Amino acid sequence: MDLGFSAAEHAFRDEARSWLAGHVPAVPLPSLETAEGFAAHREWERTLFADRWSVVTWPEEHGGRGASLVQWLLFEEEYHAAGAPGRVAQNGISLLAPTLFEHGTDEQRARVLPPMASGDVVWAQAWSEPEAGSDLASLRSTATRTPGGWLLNGQKTWSSRAAFADRAFGLFRSDPDTARPHQGLTYLMFPLDAPGVTVRPIGRLDGKPAFAELFLDDVFVPDADVIGEPGQGWRVAMSTAGNERGLTLRSPGRYTAAAERLAALWRTAPAGTDPALGGRVADALIGARAYQLFAYAQASRLAAGHSLGAEPSLNKVCWSELDLALHETALELLGPYGALSDEADEAPAHGSWAEGYTFALAGPIYAGTNEIQRDIIAERLLGLPKGRR
Amino acid sequence: MRFLRTEEQREFARALDGMLGASGVPAAARAWAAGEHKPGRALWARIARAGVFGLAVPERHAGAGLLPVELTVAFVELGRHAVPGPVVETVASAAFLDRLGEAGAAGAAAAGEWLPRIAAGDAVLSLAAGAPYALDADAADAVLVVEGDTVRRTDAHGPVQPSLDPARRLSRPLGGTVLARGPEVSAAAAHARDLARLATAAQSLGLGRALLAATVAHVKQRTQFAVPLGSFQAVKHRLADALLALELAEPLVYAAALAVAAGARSAGREVAAAKAAAGEAGYVTARTALQLHGAVGYTEELDLSLWIRKARPLRDAWGTPTECRARVLAG
Repeated sequence: MDLGFSAAEHAFRDEARSWLAGHVPAVPLPSLETAEGFAAHREWERTLFADRWSVVTWPEEHGGRGASLVQWLLFEEEYHAAGAPGRVAQNGISLLAPTLFEHGTDEQRARVLPPMASGDVVWAQAWSEPEAGSDLASLRSTATRTPGGWLLNGQKTWSSRAAFADRAFGLFRSDPDTARPHQGLTYLMFPLDAPGVTVRPIGRLDGKPAFAELFLDDVFVPDADVIGEPGQGWRVAMSTAGNERGLTLRSPGRYTAAAERLAALWRTAPAGTDPALGGRVADALIGARAYQLFAYAQASRLAAGHSLGAEPSLNKVCWSELDLALHETALELLGPYGALSDEADEAPAHGSWAEGYTFALAGPIYAGTNEIQRDIIAERLLGLPKGRR
Repeated sequence: MRFLRTEEQREFARALDGMLGASGVPAAARAWAAGEHKPGRALWARIARAGVFGLAVPERHAGAGLLPVELTVAFVELGRHAVPGPVVETVASAAFLDRLGEAGAAGAAAAGEWLPRIAAGDAVLSLAAGAPYALDADAADAVLVVEGDTVRRTDAHGPVQPSLDPARRLSRPLGGTVLARGPEVSAAAAHARDLARLATAAQSLGLGRALLAATVAHVKQRTQFAVPLGSFQAVKHRLADALLALELAEPLVYAAALAVAAGARSAGREVAAAKAAAGEAGYVTARTALQLHGAVGYTEELDLSLWIRKARPLRDAWGTPTECRARVLAG
């Protein structure tokens, strides 16, 4: 049992820290959920990619550094501690790329991954539909066979960043006559500017056009853009879903950095602030440290050849509740200023607590609601019987 | 970085688990609660033979050296089996006396007298530091009482006060002789408190694991409304939350042990974080266990009561969550 890092890990952390110190924009970028901010964040992805910091765990041939999971955790700690911008390329990098590494063809990897890593092509996920949120197996959008490919029809919704992104990936029903809803699904990639695609931005809870719904009307997708076997989309997608709710979507570094900022906010709180808030700040520090150590243990297990199974469901509940609790505490510490949005002239100067809070509100909802995660934890980690929901 | 227990540590845990499982701990705990210490002392001897107390005693005093990680592994198992007695106080006393012994002659004599006996399982010690009551003073061979920069040794105590966990017998230590006085006493006491916090956190973790396992087994076989309790989503979600709390507390506890082992400056803070999280996790799991066992869980007859009643005192002993949070905030 050892929490010490190797010389190579220390060197990697030091290199990341010094690169970030020299490159993180002095003035925070505008919100990536706006057209202007999206463009600025795309430029930031290019800057990261130029020095091979955009996808550190990928093989070198695809623009990465072949970094280990532990090195990635350290990079993420440094990234968030440095206050570096949010990652507009994240949906592609953390959801689509792992699927391509596992189920894609060499041709797909060579074609899709480099422009994803460089920010030249930004991906949106197109999973949800009006009648299918966490119950993804009830998808209705269809993929119909046509010479050389498939025709997509239907509607996707709540698609994060699709208002500004270039391409999307999702599941479509290619065989309507299967016995079980998980069967007969196909995993496809498609351009958001293809003929037959209509993108309608949807204002999020904070009013920003961060969502979109996609209307698909005979959108042609060539066979080359099917991932895995047609009809096997569920199995292909589940590896992605595991990544989404697990380690690689929300690294502990994000929360250790946010908890430190919260502690700094507490230390400058005006005299007379309720001491009970200090307890909540401490809980945020403890929670962030716990999640960091939990992730180290998972990385150690993976390095030792074990698999995580349903464990990422624990991560998902953990980080989503931690994120919300620490942002709620920050808003309360800010008192009357906690009600201001980040765009307000008089917004608190020490960090985008308002946007962070709004983002945190979604945590227990997306990537499979926390109710679904608790069912998975109970049934797959504790062995409880399936039952009525 | 390899943040996993070694094969040796896991084997040690399995061996302790097996030994304790075969030792009739619930009966010993019930006897202990009634003031009959004989079965508990026999259990104590077996635990000592397994090497547990030696993990808190350095080699020059016939121990295995202060090994906080292995000690943590052991105390998770003691918690899992709800072992009665001042096990935490004894290892904390060992840490206290060893540290005091390094600082001067008076301490050295006491360390030489007690440490080999602790390692061998011949001495049961209690330690009162910052609290009016000593745990199990009626069963201990001696009680160390730390007040400010003074430590007394006594074997006299007031009447045993009925307490929430009958197997934790509380009384006021009385009189005694001054063993040492000075800043080295406070320093040794702070060191002992960290070790006590760590061992108590490990006990809470083990206790929580046992309560969770018992409750999962119960809700799988108990039916209501013609289906197993465990098929209800409300039941599942409580158990999922209990598992999550324990899973997240565990790495904090082991990281704290590593920090103590390394003598890291952050050790006090890490131990406090671990104690707050593990104490709450053990208690939340006890509440869940009680709720999901229903009325049968609310009876003294069921052995589960031995675990349930211990969860709250362990959560609050050697630093309530509030005290531990304050320590974390202090940096």
